[in-house]
Amino acid sequence: MKSIDGNYVPKEVLLVEDSPGDVRLTMEAFRDANAPIHLHVVSDGVEAMEFLKKGGDRASAPRPDLILLDLNLPRMDGREVLAQIKADPILRMIPTIILTTSEAEADIAKSYQLQASCYLSKPGQLGAFESLMKSISEFWLQSATLPPQRSIT
Amino acid sequence: MKIIGGDGMSVEVLLVEDSPGDVRLTQEAFSEANKSIHLHVAADGVEAIAFLRHEGVHARAPRPDLILLDLNLPKMDGREVLAHIKEDADLKLIPTVILTTSDAEVDIVKSYQLQANCYLTKPVQLDAFEALVKSINDFWLTKVKLPQHTRA
Repeated sequence: MKSIDGNYVPKEVLLVEDSPGDVRLTMEAFRDANAPIHLHVVSDGVEAMEFLKKGGDRASAPRPDLILLDLNLPRMDGREVLAQIKADPILRMIPTIILTTSEAEADIAKSYQLQASCYLSKPGQLGAFESLMKSISEFWLQSATLPPQRSIT
Repeated sequence: MKIIGGDGMSVEVLLVEDSPGDVRLTQEAFSEANKSIHLHVAADGVEAIAFLRHEGVHARAPRPDLILLDLNLPKMDGREVLAHIKEDADLKLIPTVILTTSDAEVDIVKSYQLQANCYLTKPVQLDAFEALVKSINDFWLTKVKLPQHTRA
């Protein structure tokens, strides 16, 4: 998987998730993926916005190539995070995937209205969860063309 | 406007693509992967907008669950179609995936600025193209939760 300048560069993924179990599963699933991934984890919406606003300094808070965003989060929920991301002319370019236990139609519609790239319901079973993480990795980090880092930094 | 296959509880996909060869490949790869896809094809940007707005011959067109949009199209190009979709309070909810030969940075950046849900560069090799269409089906039509809407 090559970046636009032809080098094999790890993808930076920001996971916004407050459940330690789900964080662990995601880390393991991405570790097994067929591509180098740097996974950054924040556990609430305030931390997510701090990470994103700081971005550009690759050492401490590189701009993510992809954001995985839970909806039900402490301090600032994912709906508000999504709205703030989409209000920012640079951050709004980063594909933001909603990854949540909620299957409420209102949450799905609102997320798409706010221009989330896509909405995924977290499966309860371990195998299905791992399979979903693998699909995300394969589609977004191998098949898709993401915005070049220089355009989002 | 071509309608290809599908019956019963179908998933409606609008493919906006002017190359008949790519239309054929896409249709074949989709129908191998998923029998319930109802694939609609618009060959230019004007037809795409008319389909989405239920204008003229498209008065009874179904609302797509997913839009696959080429950039380089006759009459109205894909960039303009994307802008129209994303400016419409209703149409903007439909996931719109750019599917194009262009790997130009300016096109990638512009598409994401306009809030394309995703950008895909079409591979040149046949088997890679087929694999890409299958992965579109796998991710967008079996894993993703799409917005609901009332069907006619």
